[in-house]
Amino acid sequence: MDTTESTVAPLKKNRSPFLRRLANFFAEMAKINSFIYRFFKEAFMPPYEFKEVMRQCYETGVRSFTLITLTGFIVGFIFTKQSRPSLANFGATSWLPSLVSIAILRALAPLVTALIASGKVGSSIGAELGSMRVTEQIDAMEVSGTKPFKYLVCTRVLATTIVIPILATYTAFIALLGGYLNVSGNEGTSYRAYMEAVFEPITFLDFESSLIKSIVFGFTIGIVGCYQGYYSNKGTEGVGKAANGAVVTAMFLVFIEEMIIVQLTGWFR
Amino acid sequence: MEKVKAKIDYNNPVITIRDLYKSFGDMKVLQGIDLDLYQGENLVVLGRSGTGKSVLIKIISGMLRADSGDVSVLGHDMNTIREKDLQELRIRIGFSFQASALYDSMTVRQNLEFPLVRNRKGMTRKEIDTATESVLDAVGLLHTINQMPVELSGGQRKRVGIARTLILNPEIMLYDEPTAGLDPITCIEINDLINEVQQRFNTSSIIITHDLTCAKSTGDRIAMLLDGKFEHVGTFNEVFDTDDKRVKPFFEYNFVE
Repeated sequence: MDTTESTVAPLKKNRSPFLRRLANFFAEMAKINSFIYRFFKEAFMPPYEFKEVMRQCYETGVRSFTLITLTGFIVGFIFTKQSRPSLANFGATSWLPSLVSIAILRALAPLVTALIASGKVGSSIGAELGSMRVTEQIDAMEVSGTKPFKYLVCTRVLATTIVIPILATYTAFIALLGGYLNVSGNEGTSYRAYMEAVFEPITFLDFESSLIKSIVFGFTIGIVGCYQGYYSNKGTEGVGKAANGAVVTAMFLVFIEEMIIVQLTGWFR
Repeated sequence: MEKVKAKIDYNNPVITIRDLYKSFGDMKVLQGIDLDLYQGENLVVLGRSGTGKSVLIKIISGMLRADSGDVSVLGHDMNTIREKDLQELRIRIGFSFQASALYDSMTVRQNLEFPLVRNRKGMTRKEIDTATESVLDAVGLLHTINQMPVELSGGQRKRVGIARTLILNPEIMLYDEPTAGLDPITCIEINDLINEVQQRFNTSSIIITHDLTCAKSTGDRIAMLLDGKFEHVGTFNEVFDTDDKRVKPFFEYNFVE
């Protein structure tokens, strides 16, 4: 039964505020875990919503495309420009393409893409589902014998998990292009020489860790946005809170995950 | 339009509720509800705002669970029903929401097709189109088929909402405040539509309202919800032929044709 009722027993009023907060925190964690468990349980069981997944992939990609293009280019250009003086001190500006490629592929591209997508896609998912909850559209799906969780949550989470890695690859390419513009403007390096220098220090592990990161970020953005929206309440105020919560929580988790994945991949280097 | 006498089978209750209790925290909402809805009957549940009328139909549709008591819908015990059976049961129950709850991002056609394609497998495109157009025609809104919900008036949204539930041929209809927020003329049209649905689709309905005109023109029986219980149940005249001080003001401050 997919009710909006809390399954957690109400806390006794005489408990201290700290204990109440602690208990609420664990109750929330349990709710999030059951939400994620439900995603894995329903997403890969028929009937599949292929058409809606494709639509959500398109929406996710289109929503962020312009911003990611601009941001990726600026990040690549500025990073190259700001790194030049430090390398110039050692007469090592020829290392600039290698430095840029390592920074962009290993860290900046997935991170920038995830942060942009958290703001654009995560907030949009949170607000959309929150608004559907408040206007009883989710209830309407439920009482008509359809599965709103599968249609609304599974499709959106799958879409962000698929599209964010693609966007991150695109961001990396655009950022490298931004870096090239700066390098060729200052050193007159050819495109071919720049690209050869870019890929020279890159290993398969760099691509692999970047891809894994993007997949994890995509999943996080989708699941957080959906969770905030799906369980939003308190009318229009709740919709705003869902959108805001989706962005803040997703961004925070993205940084935490970045740190963990960097540590883990460091062991394999 | 005058209400045509309905064919009610008083030997065949489709919903049976006994001693139903429901609270939210310290707030006691339903306190010992007993109710029978018979096959083919329109039962109006009247009561002030916040008395738990909507909670009652949410329990009937399985959106909320009762704290205690027995709720039987089309032979299914709602306290012990399995998820799979609940999904199947819901197809047999139509729920018309107070604010229509149309899907904003879909056209009227897509709104109607949404439950149909997911619950009636193997339908051809032509069959889906025929079913959609036929039910939309029944509520008099075939011309809005390609419009978005935002382009419809309040009354049209209500009608499309009802059409969306009728497309699955439900045996029970639950109307949550069907005339709330509508002008008097549109209210009469919605009341007529509720009666037409009862006759044409042979449904049994629970109509939640605080609009006495709606209650009088659609209800075969009225149940007055007071202090969490049904205190007066009967025909419109039977319910309001009382000296109960909690019922009288309700009647006196409402416009009844």
